[in-house]
Amino acid sequence: MSAPAPSMFTPAAKAMAEKLGLKMGRANLDEFAATLEELAKANPNIVAVTSDSRGSGKLAPFGKALPKQIVEVGIAEQNLVGITAGLAACGKKSFGVSPGCFLTARSLEQIKNDVCYSDVPAVLIGISSGVSYGALGTTHHSLHDLAVLRAINNITILVPADNFETREAILFAAKATKPVFVRFGKAAMFGLHKPDTKFEVGKAVQLRDGNNVAFIATGETVVHALLAAGQLVERGLNCRVLSMHTIKPLDTEAILKAGRECRAVITVEEHMVNGGLGEACAAALMQAGVSKPFRIVGFPDEETVPGAQADIFRHYGISMEGLSETALQLLK
Amino acid sequence: MTDRELQLKAVHLRKKTLEAIYEAGAGHTGGGLSCLDILNVLYNRVLNVSPETFSSPTRDRYVQSKGHSVEALYAVLADRGFFPEADLKTICHYQSHYVGHPTRHIPGIEMNTGALGHGLPICIGMALAAKMDGAKFRVFTLLGDGELAEGSNWEAALAAAHYKLDNLTAIIDHNTLQITGHTRDVMSNEPLDEKWRAFGWAVKVVNGHDYAALTEALSKPAELGKPTCVIANTTKGRGVSFMENVAKWHHGVPSEAELKQALAELDAAEAKLKEG
Ligand SMILES: Cc1ncc(C[n+]2csc(CCOP(=O)(O)OP(=O)(O)O)c2C)c(N)n1
Ligand SMILES: [Mg+2]
Repeated sequence: MSAPAPSMFTPAAKAMAEKLGLKMGRANLDEFAATLEELAKANPNIVAVTSDSRGSGKLAPFGKALPKQIVEVGIAEQNLVGITAGLAACGKKSFGVSPGCFLTARSLEQIKNDVCYSDVPAVLIGISSGVSYGALGTTHHSLHDLAVLRAINNITILVPADNFETREAILFAAKATKPVFVRFGKAAMFGLHKPDTKFEVGKAVQLRDGNNVAFIATGETVVHALLAAGQLVERGLNCRVLSMHTIKPLDTEAILKAGRECRAVITVEEHMVNGGLGEACAAALMQAGVSKPFRIVGFPDEETVPGAQADIFRHYGISMEGLSETALQLLK
Repeated sequence: MTDRELQLKAVHLRKKTLEAIYEAGAGHTGGGLSCLDILNVLYNRVLNVSPETFSSPTRDRYVQSKGHSVEALYAVLADRGFFPEADLKTICHYQSHYVGHPTRHIPGIEMNTGALGHGLPICIGMALAAKMDGAKFRVFTLLGDGELAEGSNWEAALAAAHYKLDNLTAIIDHNTLQITGHTRDVMSNEPLDEKWRAFGWAVKVVNGHDYAALTEALSKPAELGKPTCVIANTTKGRGVSFMENVAKWHHGVPSEAELKQALAELDAAEAKLKEG
């Protein structure tokens, strides 16, 4: 028998999600594709560029509905970014869509020079990012993308946590006059936000208040931080949870506030611990002279353990249980 | 081994490939079946490599540039004794080194691949190293036809001809399909033979399921002073009627019923081969 895919959530985590009133949504990938199609129907200037990736990008319906607004480049990610840049330079609102791993490794020079340095309003969409491709192995993981793009001037980096943030990120990108990179995965996501939440690029969303531990999380790890905060209440701890959907420009104010007001800070990201959200927060805190017990949860500098995304998350402690444990240890 | 014995082995290997993909719940079915006969000929007739000689510096090198067809490669390597066939049951499992693309953790695999457009440049390095050392080994890579859209292949095509790497053979699994559909609709690349010739390669076009033709094309370099490009015309999903030439089987995973039907078709093919 074919083995069932491992679940991202233990029964206890599912129970906590229910207790917190979280509802399962669709994959951020699906939310992206639906939002882009809706925008492109209203704005013929929007063009999607794909590299044999329209299936993986859930853009096959887009291609059927708007065949004149999609450019296929074949399996050629460098060409994809160059073409996306050229389209943007001539007034098109271009979205280059390709797996995050290839988009930000193969085409890094095109991103640096053709998009960022030339300063064109191109949008780059890294689909199936992080370890979404799980057991396909390291070639298919993007655990470097935040680090390399943070080191390049002139690009906004968005890592949405749920369907709401994904839609908002795409709405922002469609209007942006400067380079934007958005990355997300392909697993269904819990909705994390209240209906009246305001989304502002560069401003973290506080999902929960508390002064014991501050979890500063990004993307598809945020839900695990929120569940951990729920679990830690049972240990008498009130924890703050920030969804840091914008990695650049970073919301230093929210980070410093968390550092000053909480006893400890834990950052969480689906990225290598080198050069990602955690190190960015550490730099912000240190330079402001805020020193609190601090832990970066992400992927260590080792060959990533083989397995499905859920296995890999659990292995590295990105789960309700893992993050609760980290918080308790940090407060000891 | 005779052609017929190899063909019988191919039926077995196709079953193992499909079972492995079913078991893993993931994998690249169509492209695995399309290149299986090529791998079978390489490992059982052409490559000077075995589990015993795998650490020899003078072994022939094979780098699978279309790394996604790893299940077929795993099946061939297991059959050739590089590792136990039971290992195929662990593909894509937590903490199993048998991930969904080739890695050097697995005995018999030379390089980690999976991002397309890397194999040919690597093989040029290997072929150059052989020339530098006066070593006689040959270097082979297998590319997808959709993969040829990656510019790195054409940079490498120039370099291989420039350095007159007649110890290098690039095989193209010319099944005319990629993920989205037909390569001619996604990014046309024909005529392939003329392109490779224009880049300075000796080109052979063969039926990629014909054992005699593959053996003849792969057994020796085509021309002194030139790299060899073997364009193997293949059928994606070869051997299973409902998978043949159907784009969605690129990474389609058979259901239990589909696996059963596929295995039954392969059983029938086996019986027919044994008769004839
Ligand atoms: C650099 C890179 N881009 C994209 C992919 C995703 N991908 C895997 S297989 C594939 C299609 C390959 O088509 P083709 O080369 O024709 O292989 P085959 O038909 O033999 O399976 C794509 C786009 C990848 N593995 N590497
Ligand atoms: Mg193909």
